[in-house]
Amino acid sequence: MKARVTVTLKNGVLDPQGKAIEGALGALGFDGIGSVRQGKVIDIELGETDKAAAEAKLSDMCEKLLANTVIENYHIDIL
Amino acid sequence: MKTAILVFPGTNREHDMAAAVRSVSGKDPMMVWHAETEIPEADLIILPGGFSYGDYLRSGAIAARSPIVADLLEKAKQGVRILGVCNGFQILTETGILPGALMRNAGLTFICKETKLRVERDDTIFTSSYKKGQVMRCPVAHHDGNFFADDDTLKMLEDEGRVLFRYCDAAGEASAEANINGSRNNIAGIMNARGTILGMMPHPENLIEDLHGGLDGRGLFESLLEKVA
Repeated sequence: MKARVTVTLKNGVLDPQGKAIEGALGALGFDGIGSVRQGKVIDIELGETDKAAAEAKLSDMCEKLLANTVIENYHIDIL
Repeated sequence: MKTAILVFPGTNREHDMAAAVRSVSGKDPMMVWHAETEIPEADLIILPGGFSYGDYLRSGAIAARSPIVADLLEKAKQGVRILGVCNGFQILTETGILPGALMRNAGLTFICKETKLRVERDDTIFTSSYKKGQVMRCPVAHHDGNFFADDDTLKMLEDEGRVLFRYCDAAGEASAEANINGSRNNIAGIMNARGTILGMMPHPENLIEDLHGGLDGRGLFESLLEKVA
């Protein structure tokens, strides 16, 4: 089973890298950009065949390592 | 008085830290590799600076899940003194031993220079050799030193007097201009509620001898090593 974990910064957490990307897009002439937030995508292959069990395991991985829940949210997609 | 310095793959300031400990206490610290499961009996545990695991995932994130960390958590609970500097501070926040997180510097650049810090308290085991309000010089070298905590956590840290160092200007003003990396409330270093654990981004171990160009960092080691002796 393949899964994709998306880690994003929580609202209210300043994202200097997103801001820099926003500035660079503006410099390239892309207008109308409200804001840019940068996150991470982590693809994981699991031996698990049960979807619920896989989600539980991935959620545990996110809490323990993949995301820092002080500043980040995570989202799990089973692919 | 025994000091243990934890070493992770990518740690690179352990010898600076050892030199500081040796210079102030006259005793050699023990170096403890991250793959160990037990920290030898020590009065002080230091997590030095560097780039553990290449800062992969998040600075300090992988190191914070090393085998040695289970015992670090236990020792923290027992009240053993712990000092985390730079990457060591990042690791302490990643383990949850200290609150908040260290994010990318607001200006996005790696900052390697001397800064000024205002000492907020002189009644802690870390700062007893300084005077409250004193402005000290201290070098920094980091990319992810932008201290973030949510409003409630920040209020708790301030209300409980747990902020020990703030970035400031020469007059001791914690101004926006002096805030080198965008840290909330200019925070450069915080301690735990019991006052036994300090995490800070600047490097006091790099200003402890005349050859360094100053002795401002020495007070921290004198405070600490005297208190745990």
